[in-house]
Amino acid sequence: MINCKQATRLMSEELDRPLKWQEKAALSTHNAMCVYCRNYRKHMAFMREAARRFREGVTEQGD
Amino acid sequence: MSEHSPPGSRIDWSGPSIESIRRDMLRFAQMQLRDAATAEDMVQEALVAAMNSEHGFAGRSAIKTWLFAILRNKIVDHIRRNAREISRSDLAAQDEDGDDGMDALFNRKMMWSSGYWNHEDGPATWSNPDEVLSQKQFWTIFDACVNHLPEKLARIYMMREMLELETDEICRELGISKNNCWVILHRARLGLRECLEDNWFKGAAR
Ligand SMILES: [Zn+2]
Repeated sequence: MINCKQATRLMSEELDRPLKWQEKAALSTHNAMCVYCRNYRKHMAFMREAARRFREGVTEQGD
Repeated sequence: MSEHSPPGSRIDWSGPSIESIRRDMLRFAQMQLRDAATAEDMVQEALVAAMNSEHGFAGRSAIKTWLFAILRNKIVDHIRRNAREISRSDLAAQDEDGDDGMDALFNRKMMWSSGYWNHEDGPATWSNPDEVLSQKQFWTIFDACVNHLPEKLARIYMMREMLELETDEICRELGISKNNCWVILHRARLGLRECLEDNWFKGAAR
């Protein structure tokens, strides 16, 4: 079993490289039982979207 | 159409909307480069390049998006030419995968207890994330949170997320190991997430 610290590391790395199947399995097992890490993953997706908008200059309504 | 626009131009290059985009471009460039003079140069180059290649603007995207894409390329070129300026030794000094650097970043509180989230600090549910992205005040906080990260973390995070460079290239340009690169990105994301939660999502007013 991986802990939250290890899970967050994997949730960061999955944004930078494809995870190995064993890593995916460990992560989904952990997240099935951990609401904090499930939230964490949503936050990572949110931050990536925010960065995309930032990069495209779309940081206000009506742009 | 003003005298500053090339003949046949569909864009009013000296109009107020370009001026306001220019200000946002400066803010973006300054954040990436942390150097006002270079940021100014990059924005200038980007605008001149855009003006000279206006035919390349198909009108499919917003002008602002088009200008930001040109600016992004200028900044990436600049970083590629000057990667060595970002000190290798400083980056190498961050340990490969120990947790000490992380503790320094979060020294005001203990984030984990034996590898699990502390209940008070565990990631909460964020409400209305989609609406948030169109709120001007959110972007002020986002800006501040990125700038609040330790400089090396912020730089690498921005190279990855704002300039969209692949991790391979970032490591190569900066002469750091892939693993170190992943650790730095991980720390930056942890820090940024925490800052956004504390300063935006936990705010009672929202
Ligand atoms: Zn967890």
